[in-house]
Amino acid sequence: MTLFQAQSESQLQLMDAAARLKGRSLWQDAAERFSKNKAAMGGVIVLGLIAIMSIVGPMISPYTLEDLSWESIGIAPTMENSHWFGTDDTGRDMWVLTWMGARVSLTIGVMTTFIALLIGVAYGATAGYVGGRTDNLMMRFVDVLYALPLLFFIIILVTVFGRNIYLVFVAIGCVEWLTMARIVRGQTLSVKRKEYIEAALASGVRTNTIIRRHVIPNVIGPVIVYVTLLVPTNILVESYLSFLGLGVQEPLTSWGVLISRGANALETAPWLLLIPATFLAITMFCFNFIGDGLRDALDPKDR
Amino acid sequence: MSTPVLKVENLKVHFPIKSGGFLNARTLPLKAVDGVSFNVDAGECLGVVGESGCGKSTLGRAVLQLIKPTAGKVVWMGENLCDLSHETMRQKRSDLQLVFQDPLSSLNPRLTVAEIIREPLYATDASMTREEADTRIAAIMTAVGLLPEMRNRYPHEFSGGQCQRIAIARAMVLRPKLIVCDEPVSALDVSIQAQIINLLRRLQKEYGLSLIFISHDLSVVRHLCHRVMVLYLGRMMEMADRDSLFAKPLHPYTQALISAVPIPDPAKERTKEAVILSGDLPSPMNPPSGCVFRTRCPKATPVCIKDAPAIETLDNGRQIACHHWRTL
Repeated sequence: MTLFQAQSESQLQLMDAAARLKGRSLWQDAAERFSKNKAAMGGVIVLGLIAIMSIVGPMISPYTLEDLSWESIGIAPTMENSHWFGTDDTGRDMWVLTWMGARVSLTIGVMTTFIALLIGVAYGATAGYVGGRTDNLMMRFVDVLYALPLLFFIIILVTVFGRNIYLVFVAIGCVEWLTMARIVRGQTLSVKRKEYIEAALASGVRTNTIIRRHVIPNVIGPVIVYVTLLVPTNILVESYLSFLGLGVQEPLTSWGVLISRGANALETAPWLLLIPATFLAITMFCFNFIGDGLRDALDPKDR
Repeated sequence: MSTPVLKVENLKVHFPIKSGGFLNARTLPLKAVDGVSFNVDAGECLGVVGESGCGKSTLGRAVLQLIKPTAGKVVWMGENLCDLSHETMRQKRSDLQLVFQDPLSSLNPRLTVAEIIREPLYATDASMTREEADTRIAAIMTAVGLLPEMRNRYPHEFSGGQCQRIAIARAMVLRPKLIVCDEPVSALDVSIQAQIINLLRRLQKEYGLSLIFISHDLSVVRHLCHRVMVLYLGRMMEMADRDSLFAKPLHPYTQALISAVPIPDPAKERTKEAVILSGDLPSPMNPPSGCVFRTRCPKATPVCIKDAPAIETLDNGRQIACHHWRTL
């Protein structure tokens, strides 16, 4: 009995020692909570499928983006001829168009958000952390840019630099960072007064390091949530730019382009609108579910 | 007596507070610390006591230049810290460290213990190798009573007392000569308080540390500190070595503070004469004329309203700011 006890005790000690070696970070906790959220995980899976299909989809089909054909104008979705999603008014295959559109739309959504994230976090964290007059100046500058209409700004950019897809990235990214900067600044103001910042100051840590190591990791939670909501917003912005003819150029397409052209043919060929619109809606839902899941997972009040 | 490592002379910290509307906007100074002078010797523990809002924490932060003093000098090893640029001061910071009241909020929740303790090392010496840093982290963790195997854990996985040990380890890892402890035990429960206090005392003896120990808990101060300074509304009321202060408090405010400490014996507690102060701390934006304590002082006389008492230094180095201490 005593032998058994001694054994189990030493085993316990071993287990205890093993547990001590590795701690669980708040990120790991959040990841676990996130993976338990069914809606959010569903969103991730569906979004992943759409992303994979946007790469693989066009390869499966025998048609390409440039294949026009007089014989196959306006075919409804059918299993014959491999026109699974039908064809549009120029005889191009909708399957290929939809997935190529997904490629462009997702890329624009993610890239513009990434640009907005980079600028917004750096700008907002600096303004919030430095504070005082610098903060005031930096945020008034943001207010001024806010007053500038997005469309006006993009039209100027397009007229000066010509139409090109990278310009759309830059243009949307340059406008969307404003809200991001405001969110990050607000969070930074609340984190800045925390004692660990003061402790870092007292240990002689440089301002840049404090912003990078202490401020940004602690404000990133709400920012990530905003990012996931910003991606669908930016996809929408691109689609209305394309709708107005300021976005991507033919033959390249995006969901926005497809929807705008589908809307014109709604009575004769409803699938031209319904298919891209459905995918756009699904993508929006996915991002929103992921955003909600992340917010729940990262919310410290749940802990 | 050894030479003081830290000399604080006539330190003033005033915060500008905007008041009034848009048209009659005025800026009034909030005098958080107003003309405090003291010395700290090498290896000495100076207690700073006083009620909430009397400027204890501000004083501690002003000494470390985390808040820029409005006037006065903080002379550290013969050098006035108030004159240093931000960058020169940054390099001096390895000598002067700080331990906070709330252990959990003073640790970044996103970093592991090792990262938290390593940060000051890298901040002051960028050339330090990882092995060297790891050795020092393990050594200091052992010294404060933490298992070095816990290095990869995060602050939220520790208890309050352990978090305070981490915070002390972070402050100690640079081998500072002075640590300002800003109520380091008031957020902990009593049994843990004793552990942390004894840890501080041990570290102080082993490393010859000087401590400025800010607290409102007189029994803790009595246990740990060599000398005690009593603050009221940003001004020094009395400063004396521990034994004479507790044996015979001279200033009426000190008397009131000490009589407010409960005695763990109901019979004695019932019979003791307590000096109970009425009213609240006056606003530091609009301090009373003359002696700042006169509004609540049971012994106040007209002269207290007219003149602020000068600080008198007694033979044994005891300092007191009161008109009537001789007659009390």
